[in-house]
Amino acid sequence: MKTIEQTTDEILNLAATHFKFPRAELQPGDDFYKKLGIDSLQALELLTRLENHFGVELPDYEVQGVSDFHTLAMRIQARL
Amino acid sequence: MDEYKGKTLSWRLSDGIVELALDRPPANEIGLAMLEDLERFVSSLPTLESKASALILYSEQKAGFSAGADLRELYEQAQKMDPSSAAKGIREFLERIHAVLNRMDTSPLTTIAAVHGVCFGGGFELALVCDLIVADKMARFCFPELRLGLIPGFGGIPRLKRDIGNAVVRDLLLTGRSVNATKALSVGLVSQVAAEGEALRVARSTAAQTTKFDRATAATAKRFIKPLPAEELRREIDIFCDLFTRPAVMEGLRKFVENAGPHPYLP
Repeated sequence: MKTIEQTTDEILNLAATHFKFPRAELQPGDDFYKKLGIDSLQALELLTRLENHFGVELPDYEVQGVSDFHTLAMRIQARL
Repeated sequence: MDEYKGKTLSWRLSDGIVELALDRPPANEIGLAMLEDLERFVSSLPTLESKASALILYSEQKAGFSAGADLRELYEQAQKMDPSSAAKGIREFLERIHAVLNRMDTSPLTTIAAVHGVCFGGGFELALVCDLIVADKMARFCFPELRLGLIPGFGGIPRLKRDIGNAVVRDLLLTGRSVNATKALSVGLVSQVAAEGEALRVARSTAAQTTKFDRATAATAKRFIKPLPAEELRREIDIFCDLFTRPAVMEGLRKFVENAGPHPYLP
């Protein structure tokens, strides 16, 4: 079982790689819409990448309104 | 016509395979312009069918296969009319889109949707007319209609019910959640999952395989295994039209269309 810190770290790594953003500048509490400058379609893409990476399903309604990495990690953690 | 380029799509026949490419920015929203192009395509189908074995349906748009019905156009058209005229207008639109999709559904060609990115609502319904769906691993499928107070109107429920279990249909319909390609594969909604950016190549390879078969046999097999759920499709139009003119639907569409934030209005 991964810890919440490990899950968060993997999300940050994945977001940094995919959106070509310096990993060191991403923090768990960051609003990923603002920090990465992404729109709803790109957020959906991130959701799919996270589902594929962690091998979980994340229903849209569970991540609706979630905009920071840490909360996203908690939603994923609940499905691992 | 073996080749055509319209406002929202194009098609080309080559080596016994027809490729129909959706190409309307930003995400192949299906409105009147795409309907007219699809009607043109369907009117050319008899000629194409006499020369081809397979049809591939795919998108040239980066965002995905299709985000579904053009809700902005739908809302704006409805706002120009009184409720009775709006109801008549939506019924006419649905009758036309059903005629197109039913014709594609029952084409003797082996039809393959190569899906990437968003495949939502009416776009999902368009993919469902195909015999096979090849999905990019980043594809997502969704029926968000209930979130706006509607049901899918382009034949999605009857077609999905024909293809997969009722419990999965209820899950997608009643929660309005989107599912990824892996989930879609696991429930039998898609037949193959391709690596990122490879869905069209996999669809072409699959289509090429079908060109080796006797066409009459393949068409007979398809007629046998894939009947059109005609009665349910008719009922769907009636139910959609009953729901459409309710104030809650117009309010939902208004919020969706007028929303300018990063999150789409989808309760």
